[in-house]
Amino acid sequence: MATTERKPRHAELGLTHDDLLAMYRHMLLARGVDERMWLMQRAGKIAFIISGQGHEGAQVATTYPLRPGQDWLAPYYRSIAQTMTFGMTAEDIITAHLAKGDDVSSGGRQMPGHYGAARYNIVSLSSPVATQVLHAVGIAMGAWVKGDDLVALTSFGEGSANQGEVHEAMNFAGVHRLPVIFVCENNGYAISVPLEKQVAGKSVAARAAGYGFPGVTVDGGDVLACYAAAKDAHERARRGEGPTLIEARVVRMTSHSSDDDQRRYRDPAEVEALKEHDPIGIFAGQLREMGVLTDESEEQLRGEIKAEVNEASRRAEARPDPDPATAHLHVYAEEG
Amino acid sequence: MADLNILEAIRLGMDEELERDPTVMVLGEDVGKKGGVFGATDGLFAKYGEKRVLDTPLTEGMIAGAAMGAALYGLRPIAEMQFADFVYPAFNQIVSEISRVRYRSNGTFGLPMVIRMPYGGGVHGALYHSQSNEAYFTSTVGLKVVAPGTPADAKGLLKASVRDPDPVMFFEHKKTYRLFKAEVPDGDHVVPIGQAEVARPGKDLSIFCYGYMRFCALEAAETLAREDGVEAEVVDLRTLRPLDTAAVLGSVEKTGKALVVHEANRFGGFGAEVAALIAQEGFEHLDGPVMRLAGPEVPAVPFHHVLEEWFMIDPAKIVAAARELAAY
Repeated sequence: MATTERKPRHAELGLTHDDLLAMYRHMLLARGVDERMWLMQRAGKIAFIISGQGHEGAQVATTYPLRPGQDWLAPYYRSIAQTMTFGMTAEDIITAHLAKGDDVSSGGRQMPGHYGAARYNIVSLSSPVATQVLHAVGIAMGAWVKGDDLVALTSFGEGSANQGEVHEAMNFAGVHRLPVIFVCENNGYAISVPLEKQVAGKSVAARAAGYGFPGVTVDGGDVLACYAAAKDAHERARRGEGPTLIEARVVRMTSHSSDDDQRRYRDPAEVEALKEHDPIGIFAGQLREMGVLTDESEEQLRGEIKAEVNEASRRAEARPDPDPATAHLHVYAEEG
Repeated sequence: MADLNILEAIRLGMDEELERDPTVMVLGEDVGKKGGVFGATDGLFAKYGEKRVLDTPLTEGMIAGAAMGAALYGLRPIAEMQFADFVYPAFNQIVSEISRVRYRSNGTFGLPMVIRMPYGGGVHGALYHSQSNEAYFTSTVGLKVVAPGTPADAKGLLKASVRDPDPVMFFEHKKTYRLFKAEVPDGDHVVPIGQAEVARPGKDLSIFCYGYMRFCALEAAETLAREDGVEAEVVDLRTLRPLDTAAVLGSVEKTGKALVVHEANRFGGFGAEVAALIAQEGFEHLDGPVMRLAGPEVPAVPFHHVLEEWFMIDPAKIVAAARELAAY
């Protein structure tokens, strides 16, 4: 009797080995850029860094189903891996952190971590949290009005999820079944305040029921689970079935920012254990088991990443600083 | 030429822009089937459908934030705050986001959008349906702020606002909605943003005003001419930001005396900016102190009609202030 062999998990999701390696590469490159920027911050070259370490798996996997140039992204301040999966280069990210004059996000006007770029369909980000969630909904509304095939994805932390604007955004998106994907990257801390002091009910995803659309919780260390949730959400949105809320349980491997010291409020044992939940290590283990990644290919990949980060930071540092003579421009359209 | 009131002129302006440009849409509370609580969008839902004349939940932050998203995507939304008094939940979106997206993106994003806000007292609306809160927005760099006082300007400035590449706060004084009818030019009547208008020429003193205050100032000017032989020049600013500084200074040069009138309270109000401009740049032309006539320093308009009458600026109060100024 013949047995039907179940396809591997990634193949069931329509992912090839090349896709898996591409996702892994995005994660490694984001981590490499992130770590480099901490070094540059310690060396006094970068004023401030707010890290995405520990979020890379969820960010890359939820962004991977999007169509660059067609879909839109409204990210938040930890979205290094996400914005890089959606088009921003290592050089773009480092240039923005150095606040150089030709930084694509703001021309050196915004603090580090305030991503955005018209050329990549990435909404310009501010510092008040959760405002961007409404912008994604507005973009989706615009597409709905015009009849365009577009999905808007927005990401935010579980701390931001408590802002009223998130409720307003989800409610409105639910009413009109707008093509939006809400990705909550729940790392358990809003700077220092733990989940149980922020989120009554302890689940952000559960709130989706009140808005009439699905809310799913995924392990942010499980790249394929994150991808599967986002792919479903993207397909639902394109079918006109409306929004999805994905809550990815991730770990914040660093302090909130370079101005914070998490040892003041996190148990040392908890901090020590974070490495076990590093999505890069977990995904690498899965790829090795599948035979997609070997010692040799891993070494080669890491060498490429290192060279790319070196080159990106070298080029970014060589870029010109902003010219104060231009600081008055772009307040209104007619002024340039 | 058609004789319209301000409400009809605003409605016609939106209708023509919706007709002209498929990227224009209207969104707000009750703007759809009901046609707005004042009737500003009456008939537009039936004509253009739900997607372009969209009823929203009671969420002002969402109205502003979603309008911004739509504008990022290339639409030209006209968002309605049902009353200017209810804009504060949207303040974060307007001030932190909408006003500065162009600047913070180094000019790579722009927001062609309008936020319409019925404002002002004299309609028995009390503390939360009467506010004149334009100063919050005129002091916010990146916004344009307009406040028409005639039907022709209401239509023409609305059309200019819809076509403007930057966000425009469009203040409509509720008391003027059905106050009077006046001629509105037919066809594509557009009034440029940033241009004041001399509503009544005069040589003895200048009254600077906007919105409903234009109506009051013109009536006051007639009284002054009739009873005092004082010829007041009434300058309707029409746009508060960018302010037509040349028109303000030109009028002061002519008359030597300036009275700035608004319904909002005086302290830190928009009149302070106009007065400071005149004091600094028109000093050599002045024959008297720059005066301001403004609403009282109470949080907002109180309800009972005798209290409301105490609050409101009216032609008689303008006449009294102008006589004081004319005496110099």
